[in-house]
Amino acid sequence: MSEHMKLYEVFIRSRRGLDHKHVGSLHAEDPQQALEYARDIYTRRSEGVSIWVVNSSDITASQEGDCESFYDPHDDKPYRHATHYQLPEAVNNM
Amino acid sequence: MTVSKDTIKRYSIRLGDDAVVLGHRLSEWCSSGPFLEEDLALTNVALDFIGRARMFYGYAAELADDGSTEDTYAYTRDNREFTNLLIHELKNGDFAFTMARQYFIDVYSLAYMEALQNSSDETLAAVADKAVKESRYHLRRSHDWMLRLGDGTEESRSRMQRAVDDLWGYTPEMFEMDALEQELADAGIGVDAAALRDDWEQTVHATLVEATLEVPEGDWAVNGGRQGMHTEALGHMLSDMQFVQRAYPGLQW
Repeated sequence: MSEHMKLYEVFIRSRRGLDHKHVGSLHAEDPQQALEYARDIYTRRSEGVSIWVVNSSDITASQEGDCESFYDPHDDKPYRHATHYQLPEAVNNM
Repeated sequence: MTVSKDTIKRYSIRLGDDAVVLGHRLSEWCSSGPFLEEDLALTNVALDFIGRARMFYGYAAELADDGSTEDTYAYTRDNREFTNLLIHELKNGDFAFTMARQYFIDVYSLAYMEALQNSSDETLAAVADKAVKESRYHLRRSHDWMLRLGDGTEESRSRMQRAVDDLWGYTPEMFEMDALEQELADAGIGVDAAALRDDWEQTVHATLVEATLEVPEGDWAVNGGRQGMHTEALGHMLSDMQFVQRAYPGLQW
């Protein structure tokens, strides 16, 4: 059966005020069923107050091969980190 | 009019029997579900019913005050002492049969527990409060499966139609009232199951039509569960469910 079913990624918000976090994936026929299975599989121990399910195929992901062009160029730009700057004494805790 | 503790105890055992028998039947799907996600979801439902049985049995044991525990009722009584409605004990059959039964019971159970929330007996009302929330979710699932399988492929539709036909005659028993339940209903403690019938029929008919299934004729009906007269399926189920306590009486683990 599962070979006909779509894969969904499951995101759960554990408490109000926090962000939804990716917890895993599951198979289901449609989003509504995915939501119900997410409830049964990922919130058995009261892990959440809100669930998102997203069709896995709707996620566009960066690839391993993208690393060089995506992230390496930041290596020589230390001024983009707050720690690069020396704070005046007066500012103290920022 | 005062109702004796024994009467309430017997009522609580009936409701516990319904729940433990269905809970065990559903647990038989564990590891055999059609796919992993449904396997987990179905066993979650099984656990809800076993939890419900524990609450009803626990209350019965408290009322009995004779050293009985929830386990006494679940594991040491024989076939004829079980008072569940027959529909709960039927073999699981295929997945369509299990879900059709679940749907019929969920519609019933939700209405029943909503009514039991108004019981003047605080413990029964509290158990019902919890059960209502669970049943709402169970119904959402089983209703969904009625539509999926009924209005699905030719194969799924024919299996679902057969399940509905084979189950139909077991549904009238859910609305029968005997002297014990009538006494409790009159006293505001128990539920008047007969009064739930019209709504149940309307709801179920609407779903069957939506699922492109035919409503059975209703030309047969069986009963006897509340009097301990069961189908042959229950004894076999109990021999499995009760094996450990029968082989090693009083075993703790």
